[in-house]
This record gives sequence, structure tokens and C-alpha cells, in this order.
Amino acid sequence: MPLPAEFSDLELYAAWALPTEPERYAKRLASSMEEMQAFYDAAFARLEDAIAYCDALPWDDLPGDARSLLHLMQSLVMVSFPVEVWKQARVPDSGAAYLDLVVEPVV
Amino acid sequence: MPHFAKPAAGSWTEQYPELGTAPVDYTDSVDPAYYEAEREAVFKRTWLNVGRVELVPRTGSYFTKELAVADTSLIIVRGRDQRIRAFHNLCRHRGNKLVWNDFPGEEVKGVCRQFTCKYHAWRYGLDGALTFVQQEEEFFDLDKADYGLKEVRCEVWEGFVFVNLDPGARPLEEYLGEMAKGLEGYPFHEMTEVYTYRAEVGSNWKLFIDAFAEFYHAPVLHQKQAVKDEADKLLGYGFEALHYELHSPHAMISSWGGMAPPKDPSMVKPIERALRSGLFGPWDRPDIAGLDPLPPGINPARHRSWGTDSFEFFPNFTLLFWAPGWYLTYHYWPTAVDRHVFESSLYFVPPKNTRERLAQELAAVTFKEYALQDANTLEATQTMLKSRAVTEFPLNDQEILLRHLHKVVADRVRAHRNGDRRAEEHSDAAAR
Repeated sequence: MPLPAEFSDLELYAAWALPTEPERYAKRLASSMEEMQAFYDAAFARLEDAIAYCDALPWDDLPGDARSLLHLMQSLVMVSFPVEVWKQARVPDSGAAYLDLVVEPVV
Repeated sequence: MPHFAKPAAGSWTEQYPELGTAPVDYTDSVDPAYYEAEREAVFKRTWLNVGRVELVPRTGSYFTKELAVADTSLIIVRGRDQRIRAFHNLCRHRGNKLVWNDFPGEEVKGVCRQFTCKYHAWRYGLDGALTFVQQEEEFFDLDKADYGLKEVRCEVWEGFVFVNLDPGARPLEEYLGEMAKGLEGYPFHEMTEVYTYRAEVGSNWKLFIDAFAEFYHAPVLHQKQAVKDEADKLLGYGFEALHYELHSPHAMISSWGGMAPPKDPSMVKPIERALRSGLFGPWDRPDIAGLDPLPPGINPARHRSWGTDSFEFFPNFTLLFWAPGWYLTYHYWPTAVDRHVFESSLYFVPPKNTRERLAQELAAVTFKEYALQDANTLEATQTMLKSRAVTEFPLNDQEILLRHLHKVVADRVRAHRNGDRRAEEHSDAAAR
């Protein structure tokens, strides 16, 4: 589902519009820091606009394009630790440890 | 110089003289024979939380719970009379596992009118009664009334469903005691937006409880998570809890809680400022009843800087409350002396809009960043404990809950080995 027309500038990053945490986490691990930084910069700049856009719509009945926008912003949250803190995709000192999200409220 | 007052006894630990102050023997986390004793002495006769009532919302809703530590699998189901019951997940005909899909070891959930065995189509009602036997006339004097599912004690406290494999166990509320009483009335039923994490961890189950029952580690292990100035400040202070309380076999720690919202926004990360959320949860408290005032058991010291309380319900269930109005649970399910399944569920009031949803998302994502560091540290600890190069370790006053946990388990294992079935309850009563 494409993003709302008002957010066509983010179409370049539409691959980050992923509905579930396992998908978002996998994309984070598969991305370079440069890719995440570019996505982060573009998405963060539109975060407030995106929230305002979605919150003008009924929360319990978000249209598909608004949901895609929200999924993209969920990915912004997902890459925020690598970009703002770790400077790497993986959590430092986490070795082979994993933690699967097995129940989540998918929008 | 302590920042927060200690009790008159001089320390939290010495307030409970039965704990002692000596180094603690961690052979209990690597010895296979001890683990076998724990299974009998603790897990097969203690109330175990298996989830919440929201997992079985209507008649016929069920889920299965694998209890490797007790060599069984359970079915938890809501009956037509709305009672929640638990049964061993075992067909009475020839012992086939009754409810499973594809992989017998994986937990499943669903809704049904009855349970039908895959093997020979024996059927059971939601109350466990055997209702249909294929070719019943081929059997010899078979009375269906004698072959219902084998029931397990199942009781509910504040919406939390507990089971106990010991038919002679005392009632759940009595077992949970005073510590649980103090939490009653918390709006658990309003917090139905759930995120559940699961991992298999290469450590003894007690080591992960240890890790989450002290915050002495937090300024050190997690220092990279805060911005530099804040991390340095936290490291300089170290950690002191506001309050500890034991109601053996249960225990709690009450702590200040930092940054929700932070005094100085520049001390937190940009995404936290933008979404008004972080490890401690969304900064804006949900607008529901029951959070102000909180039940008396939460923030028992009524401290202004309070941020979070962890309640350790023996043996493996943690309830953790955050000041901004949400809670989480931890469960530690042993699978071997050096392995366990760790589960954590985060519970929020359902969001009313995208802003609230993203604030919760950030809290859930941040939880994972921390927990991964904690989990990996445990595997490192387990491998070195296994060397037995050193077996006794000094625990400080901020590690009182760890000292208590290992002692409660040891007392029960000792009583079990001495064949004294009720000794553990006497020791609890003495502690109260």
C-alpha cells in the first residue's frame, strides 16, 4: 500500500513500511548504518506531520495508506537505537542472545 | 553516605536475620541433582502463574502451557459455566497428547466446543468430562465417568490464572498472602494492549531472576543506553533502592525511576523527546481510574521519587509496575539446569490514537534493547559458574532479593530431601 500523497517524499523508504516487529527487526539487522541513517533523517523530519495526519483520522479505522505511514514510523522507532546510540545494527554485548516478539498489537 | 534511609537494623538484609550476610553458594545453579530436587520441591507443588484471564475471553477459549520442569503440558480452558479449569494435556485412552498442532512441543491456543483426540477421536467436554468413545462397545466395562481429563488445581487472583500440580496445596490467595493483598484494585483489567517477548536463555532460571531483582547492575551494564553526561552521573551515584520488603517466599523491591518525564529533556535521546516515552514507558499517564492513589502495596514507602516496583512471587513470576501507569510480567520456565525459557509481557491501556501507539512502541522496543544485554550476560555467568573454580559469592545489601530467593529454594530442597512435605510452609509461616 502506497503512503498518503502528502508523504510522497518518503516513498523512497517505503520498504520500511512493515506491519510486524519481526519484519522490522530483520530489516534493521540486514541494513547498513548508512541506510538506516538516511531513513532515520528522512522519517524523523516527518514524524510530527505523520502523527498529525494519522490522528486526524479515526484510530479504530485507519485507511491503508495511513497504516503504511504508521508502519514506517514504527520502523523509525526500530532504527532509533542503532542510529542514536549503538552506531551499529545489533545491540552491543548481546552475542547470540535473541528475544522474539511473539504477541504484538499489529496495526 | 546513603541517599535513601536504611532500616533501623542498619541494612535491609540484617532486618531479616534469617538471611545472614555470608557469601552465597551458587552451586545451586549448576548442579544437575539440585535441579532435579527443585523440580520436585518447588515446581511440582507451588502455585505457578500461566497467564491472564484475557487469554481465555469466552466459553471454549483455551491455551496450552508446556511445563517441561514438571514433565507435563496443561490445557487451560474457560468452561460453559465461565469457570477456568486446567487439565493435563493427555488423552485418557492411551496417553496421547490431546491438544497440539503439527509440533507436539509447541504451545497452541484457540476456541473450541470440545477437545477431540487426533489418535482415536475420544472427545472431552470443556469441563474435562469424557463425552465420546470411538467404538465404545469394543471396550470392557468402560464407564466414561471414570475417564475424564485429569484436572489440575487452577485459581485466579486479580485476573492472573495460576495452576498447582499439588492437589493438597493451600488456596492461592493464602499462598500469595499479604504482598498480593496490597496490589488488589490495580486496574489490570484496563491494560489489555499486550506485547509478549520470548527467548530461550542458556542459564539457570534463578540467574535471570537475580538479574532483574537487583538494579545494582543498571548504571554499569546499561551505561551506553543513556546520553553520556547522564550515564556518568548514574555511574557516580551507583544504585540504591527506596525500599525492600520480604513476605517470604515472596519479596519486593521499590525503586526511584528516573526519567518519565525527565527533569531536563536534553538528557534523553531525540526519539524519546519526540515521542515522550522510553524505557520507563510513555510519560503521559493514561486517563483511567485506579492509578491515583495506587493500591497501598505499590510504592510502599510513598516516596516522591518513586518510579517502579518489582514483586517477585515465588518461584518464577514477577510483576513490575511503572509509575507512568503500565505494568509488565516476567516468567522464567526452567527446561534444564542450565537453560530456561524467558517470557515477558508488557501491558498498556489500549492507545486511543497514533501518538499514544508510537509512545508504547518505543517503550516495547526499548525493553528489548535492554533485555538482550541482560540475557547475554547470563550465559556468560552460567558458563563460568559451571567451572566451579569459585562457588561462593558475596552479595551486597542491594542484592537482598537474590539472597532471599536462593535461600527459599534451598530451604525447600532441603525439606524435600529430608522427606518433610510441609516443612516449607512452616518456614514461610515463621518468616511472616
